[in-house]
Amino acid sequence: MIPRDGKRTPLTFESITPGAGLTAALKLSRADLIAELAASKLRGRGGAGFPTATKWNLAAAARVQEGQHKYVVCNADEGEPGTFKDRVLLLDHADLVFEGMTIAARAIGARKGILYLRAEYIYMRRLLEAELIQRREAGLLGSAIGGLEGFDFDIAIRMGAGAYVCGEETALIESLEGNRGEPRNRPPFPVDTGFLRQPTVVNNVETLAAVAAIFAKGAAWFRAIGSEQSTGFKLFSVSGDCERPGVYEFPFAITIADLLSQVGGTNAKAVQVGGASGTCLPASEFGRRLAFEDAATGGSIIVFGPGRDMLLVAKNFMEFFVEESCGQCTPCRMGNVKLLEGIEMLERGECSSAYLSELFGLCETMQLASKCGLGQSSPNAFLSIMHGFRNEIMGRSPVPMRGER
Amino acid sequence: MSSPVSPSVDTSRAPTSQTVKNDPLPSDVAERIGGSITVQIDGRDVKVPMGTTLLEAAKRVGVRIPTLCHHPDLCVAGVCRVCVVEVEGQRGLQASCAYPVTSSMKVWTHTRKVRQARRHIIDLLLSTHHGECYSCKRNNNCELQALARECGVDHYRFGHVTESQCPIDRSSHAVVRDMDKCILCRRCVRTCIDMQEVGVLEAIGRSSQTRISTYLDLPLADVVCINCGQCINRCPTGALHANDSSDDVWRAIDDPTKHVVIQTAPSPRAAIGECFGCEPGTSMTYPMNTALRTVGFDKVFDTNFSADLTIVEEGTELLRRLHSALVLQQPVAFPQFTSCSPGWVKFLEHFYPEYIPNLSTAKSPQQMFGAVIKTYYAKQHGLDPKDIVTVALMPCSAKKFECNRPEMADSGFKDVDFGLTTREMAQMFKEAAIHLPDMPGSDFDDPFGTSTGSGVIFGATGGVMESALRMVLELVSGSPVEKLFEHANIVPVRGFEGVRYLEIPITQVSPKVPALLARVIPSFEFLKGATLKVAVAHGTANARRVMEDIKAGGKFSECHFIEFMGCIGGCIGGGGQPIPTSPEIRAARARALYQEDAVAVVRKSHENPAVLKLYEQFFTDGPGGHLSHGLLHTSYVARGKHIG
Repeated sequence: MIPRDGKRTPLTFESITPGAGLTAALKLSRADLIAELAASKLRGRGGAGFPTATKWNLAAAARVQEGQHKYVVCNADEGEPGTFKDRVLLLDHADLVFEGMTIAARAIGARKGILYLRAEYIYMRRLLEAELIQRREAGLLGSAIGGLEGFDFDIAIRMGAGAYVCGEETALIESLEGNRGEPRNRPPFPVDTGFLRQPTVVNNVETLAAVAAIFAKGAAWFRAIGSEQSTGFKLFSVSGDCERPGVYEFPFAITIADLLSQVGGTNAKAVQVGGASGTCLPASEFGRRLAFEDAATGGSIIVFGPGRDMLLVAKNFMEFFVEESCGQCTPCRMGNVKLLEGIEMLERGECSSAYLSELFGLCETMQLASKCGLGQSSPNAFLSIMHGFRNEIMGRSPVPMRGER
Repeated sequence: MSSPVSPSVDTSRAPTSQTVKNDPLPSDVAERIGGSITVQIDGRDVKVPMGTTLLEAAKRVGVRIPTLCHHPDLCVAGVCRVCVVEVEGQRGLQASCAYPVTSSMKVWTHTRKVRQARRHIIDLLLSTHHGECYSCKRNNNCELQALARECGVDHYRFGHVTESQCPIDRSSHAVVRDMDKCILCRRCVRTCIDMQEVGVLEAIGRSSQTRISTYLDLPLADVVCINCGQCINRCPTGALHANDSSDDVWRAIDDPTKHVVIQTAPSPRAAIGECFGCEPGTSMTYPMNTALRTVGFDKVFDTNFSADLTIVEEGTELLRRLHSALVLQQPVAFPQFTSCSPGWVKFLEHFYPEYIPNLSTAKSPQQMFGAVIKTYYAKQHGLDPKDIVTVALMPCSAKKFECNRPEMADSGFKDVDFGLTTREMAQMFKEAAIHLPDMPGSDFDDPFGTSTGSGVIFGATGGVMESALRMVLELVSGSPVEKLFEHANIVPVRGFEGVRYLEIPITQVSPKVPALLARVIPSFEFLKGATLKVAVAHGTANARRVMEDIKAGGKFSECHFIEFMGCIGGCIGGGGQPIPTSPEIRAARARALYQEDAVAVVRKSHENPAVLKLYEQFFTDGPGGHLSHGLLHTSYVARGKHIG
């Protein structure tokens, strides 16, 4: 997965001593632990970029019901098209991920952890279960972890069932509870009302691994990498029309052009940053930085070469959303279908400017009124491609109708 | 950001969530933790307890926000997105039905973005909603139609489907499903799973393939649907409606060879006015009699008469069970359950068939009436029963199933030919151009026009229990029941609390058993010093709670008599009642019934002269005797937990 061309630099994660982070974290009080994390300014690595320390702080302060306890959930659903960096982490650095979960449990006072593993990753389950058994034997999971009386924590693995929407944290929780994977109304948020209605922290795989790294090498070290608002290093899964696709590590705020030169995609026509729910950027925008404050991504970078038909790219993304929408709320369930229909009309040369305008209006409604992030961001692909490649799309010759020549 | 305190209303539930019910924060606690917050809605300030939804807060300050999937009886869904509003500081619009107030905020309810969103949502729904309003049962009473008008829909922005996509499921006698019109608001799912805890309807599939369906997509008649029709009452469109028998009834009325009699239940009378613009709780009892004759019914009878008959039979059955158990030391099933709610009966047959022996064998008032009409009445008036058509006006959709139960033919003919709902009756009046509130009042026909206050209150939850107690306590104690309960109003069994429980010590017993019961019970001595324990439950979720308690040997297992109603509120909330429904509407309808009872001349079933005459002339071996068992009692059948 990492291109082995002899010039490979190891990932930062490879240099982290397993266990170092947990040892350091357990020396701190809960408040100090969260403060150290806050000092690193770590933001979620799943794509949303929510400040991790803030999330943990809210969960730590939240009330738990009589006889119940708090939960730490690792979101290993990795559903965003073009994202495969968590796969690498789970295969090569599961120990750091579990370590991060344990640190989180210590911070918020959780007793149980759940790894929600995407169904397609079933092949790594045995490996991960073996890792958990090892940790229990080594006293890193179970009761009185690290000698701390009262710090009991264990992790269970639960499988997903092939739904992209279950990467959304409340849909994930619903799925864990055995219900349809449909997002909940928010507020209240999972940090307050989560799994089984108890305070729950849901973090991405990479976020948790980063937590272990931060406590091993210090918040100041982490904060010095990247930019002011997007600290630290990031894993990027690069695919598409480039010479060296794979999982890369770069500091935040690298420009797209820089990334493309590293992966051998300098003749790219467009880059999809952030997967299907991200934005499609034409070459004129390659000077932009990959960071939360500019072109945000959870790690997915898809490179489109000069020969790609951008309308078909848009169609591919909309077909994805039509398939993956949970179907609960009107704007997403029906809006995605309308956007796909619009693309098909454009393919056939049957979409009037007036109707395209209506669809842009619908995009705004979907972004504002959808119940969860899926419907809120599915129009991004449509909009960015329509605006970024308008001439190409409006100027293309219609695909002949079936039977016609 | 979320506050560390849970909101007082559980707004987080996905619509079909069946998980542990979160106990809401009591409002006094909300106050104590500094939980009164001022919110500004469209420039108007309102102070509300923490956790109040924006929708509720807006209502308090007179700001109306349109909704679609929201319903006062159901858990929050937040799926239609019609009620979205702009909240200061939030990027996206928020569903006001699901957004709890946790801090001071500013809200705007009709900005450009909100109006656009609302309109888009209606346009999207209309793009797949197949059905022309002209030919729809909910024409002029449809929430989608009302919203389309309100949002100013003047063209199908995203298209409109012109062909049917799904076949109509007409398998059930009671509920018809026309999924072409479904807008996936999930109200029926929340009703069936959360409110009634029956669980017949659920969302299946994902994304645009999502559809509301049954177990294995079986027809409704083949799954555990109890026909309560609560889903119909809450469906915003015509996707769900009752199986309309009015065409059959018109045919009978128009047939000169048929003698068509109708019996009317008390609950439709307290509600049918709503179909003509009246306030809920406006009694239409006497105008309706005139209207029915105008429409062409040959005789108009009062179901309350047979309700009194039911009380006499069921009260006697209770005393006989008590006597058998306590004196004859025979094994007898306790508690005795009422059996007049066909939704409840089917519920028990599916989910607790081992408790069939507990069900009273007495038929419902509707079915007793049918049997009596095609035997006693036919004989008395020299009519051939094959030419009699009995129609029942009921607030109930399950009655359509009940009258078609194969065992309901003790008269030798189908005892009750057709059940009509309140809504269907209103429709028939309109077809005859009758404006019900303008009709002059008139009385019921003899011999079945005499009823008591006890019969009237059958329609409210607790009514059957109160009627039974009025009779049992008076006959057993030998002194007027007014001595035990002021004005014979047994208030502890009234009201809308889900489950009510009452203990009545029997301190004195009458030395003599009245003639009516003498054949069944030799003496009341065995009841002296006993405590009668009774309970009332309405809605099948509460019924389930009581049944689980009984199974576990809890306090309800020690009850002697329990009234169960399949519908929330009792019959006044039945599946055939006018739409919409809400707790306030049901309360108003119940008030009308109790008012009618309060002014009734005779208020105890065993004092109904017509009922006593029936025993004198026809059921001569008295209540519970061989003759009455032949016509007025029935049996039940165990059914499956998932299908059948």
